[in-house]
Amino acid sequence: MTAQLIIFFVLAGLAVIGAVSLIFQRHPIHSALSLIVVMVALAGLYLLLGAEFVAAVQIIVYGGAIMVLFVLVIMLLNAGVEERTNFSKLAATAGIPLAVALTAFLAATIAKSGPVTTGVRPGSVASTQGLATMLFREFVYPFELTSFLILVAILGALVLAQREKGS
Amino acid sequence: MVPTHYYLILSAILFGLGVVAFVFKRNVITIFMSIELMLNAVNLAFVAFSQAFGKLDGQVFVLFVIVVAAAEAAVGLGIIILIARNRQSLNVERVNLLKL
Amino acid sequence: MSAFFAQHAFWIVTILKIIVLLFVILTLDAYLTWFERKVVAHIQSRWGPYRVGPHGLLQPLADGLKFLFKEDPTPAGVDKFVYYLAPFLALSLALTSLAVIPFGPDPIRIFGYETNFGVADLNIGLLILYAITALGVYGVALAGWSSNSKYPLLGGLRSSAQMMSYELALTLSVVGVLLMANSFNLRDIIAAQGRHPNLGLLGWNIFPQILGFFCFFVAAVAETNRAPFDLPEAESELVAGFHTEYASFKFAMFFIAEYTSMVTVSCLCTILFFGGWLSPFPSGPIWGWTHFLPTVFLGALGLYLIWDGFHYETVFGRIVLPGIGTVFCALAALLALSPAVNAFIQGPFWFFSKVLVFLFVYVWVRGTLPRFRYDQLMTIGWKLLLPVSIGNVLLTSFAILKWGAS
Repeated sequence: MTAQLIIFFVLAGLAVIGAVSLIFQRHPIHSALSLIVVMVALAGLYLLLGAEFVAAVQIIVYGGAIMVLFVLVIMLLNAGVEERTNFSKLAATAGIPLAVALTAFLAATIAKSGPVTTGVRPGSVASTQGLATMLFREFVYPFELTSFLILVAILGALVLAQREKGS
Repeated sequence: MVPTHYYLILSAILFGLGVVAFVFKRNVITIFMSIELMLNAVNLAFVAFSQAFGKLDGQVFVLFVIVVAAAEAAVGLGIIILIARNRQSLNVERVNLLKL
Repeated sequence: MSAFFAQHAFWIVTILKIIVLLFVILTLDAYLTWFERKVVAHIQSRWGPYRVGPHGLLQPLADGLKFLFKEDPTPAGVDKFVYYLAPFLALSLALTSLAVIPFGPDPIRIFGYETNFGVADLNIGLLILYAITALGVYGVALAGWSSNSKYPLLGGLRSSAQMMSYELALTLSVVGVLLMANSFNLRDIIAAQGRHPNLGLLGWNIFPQILGFFCFFVAAVAETNRAPFDLPEAESELVAGFHTEYASFKFAMFFIAEYTSMVTVSCLCTILFFGGWLSPFPSGPIWGWTHFLPTVFLGALGLYLIWDGFHYETVFGRIVLPGIGTVFCALAALLALSPAVNAFIQGPFWFFSKVLVFLFVYVWVRGTLPRFRYDQLMTIGWKLLLPVSIGNVLLTSFAILKWGAS
């Protein structure tokens, strides 16, 4: 058991506990906090994988912007504890078995395929500079497209949030 | 060194939990959060593959996913505010005008 | 013993460094409150704290004792877990962010183990710093939400919107610096500013990046929730904002967190724009006398304290102030007599002097500017700082394309 494996299991455990807690918490704020735990644990795993830049961006954007937006909306709408309505019997009866089956299937497939062997020394290329070069050379058109996406999203959010005049 | 398939199994588990949350939760905001959880699970797989193959493409993709998630959060939360304003409730069961 | 040390030197030294840093920073925070009250008082033609100890020097201690011994009521109907989590989160994140700051250039030797002046030296130091700052919003937002009270809720809402808006400008305004230094590492950023040692202070980033500095400082003041951007805790509108319902030590945790983030931001300003530990004077034989500036400053301060102490009203002051003065004079003598120590102290001396100047500016701004209205705050953030910092990024990149990075 190397130090890396121990760190992996601690972070993985945190992530899974956070995700389970997201399901079982009744209050949206508690669910949001659980999700933040998952995200921070994932950022730690990215660091373990040698992806420093992605880890930092994960925390800055996911932890610092997206989840803050969620918390802000929960506070703004004063969302209370989730109502327990049992409208959908289908979800209750078929949901858990299907989800477990899906997870088991995915995990089994991955486990059966065995360790990925590539012959490349892992983590040898993971650098912020390499990432930037790639982003601005090979992926420059997708990159520009995402900027359009953000622009459209901003406009969309504005239009949605605007109250109609006179109301 | 942690074997790559450990990361992939973790990613699968997280994705599955995201699906469970998506199906079971009744609050629109929490459902939205479970989508973010699934996106995160996929990101983990991307980064794990990127490390396994020694190429950075996976990490670039993660950046794109994060950008899309941010855009989605902005629009989605706008829609949620509208739902709350019009229906006075965040329960998805009460947003049923189009239901037969 | 020595074998054990040699084996675990990294961990032992790191833990030692963390303990020392925590001790220094908590003391600094305590005396920062004293400094702020004194400066604001003098701006408003008052005396400030004067009763507890000579010149009110023991006031922080008295405040600390008061925080510890006050009754600590928990309001009815709070969300217990989140209510206790929020101040803890705020304090621990504020303290963690200091770990990546380098305080001096030369490594120090502890029992033969060479270590840097600063807890962690990371490749992506600045990004990690931003990541930790980004998480700092939760302390305030969750405190506001969990208190189950109207004013904290409004304060929490305001603060999360404010900090999110200003984070954009805060991040974009340093991109120019990053482009010039070609690195996220804070040591590299300082080294890049010292590329032309003959220029002295003209080589610092503040001159090419004046726009970036303007945006950065305004955004940083807003990010730390300080006046004139202290709307989350505007006492005339919101009682005390997000920490209205917090008392005793939990309030103290928010308080310490705020002052620690002030220190972090001042360190960051120093590193990014004002050359970190670099001396403002050019290197060269003519400027050799500047090496004795720390000695002169310390000695002058010590002599003034001794002189002032003998004229002080209380007996306690007549003993304590000259005592501190003598210690300062002894330190000055040590610096004058030992060239090695003097050479080592140059970097940290300039670093901490610059940090102190920024802390003073913080207090100065608080003492002179009125608070902004909320819509003005948002207008400044989105319509002024964001476009200016994007323009700064464009200008810097074009300049680097045309003339090269140095």
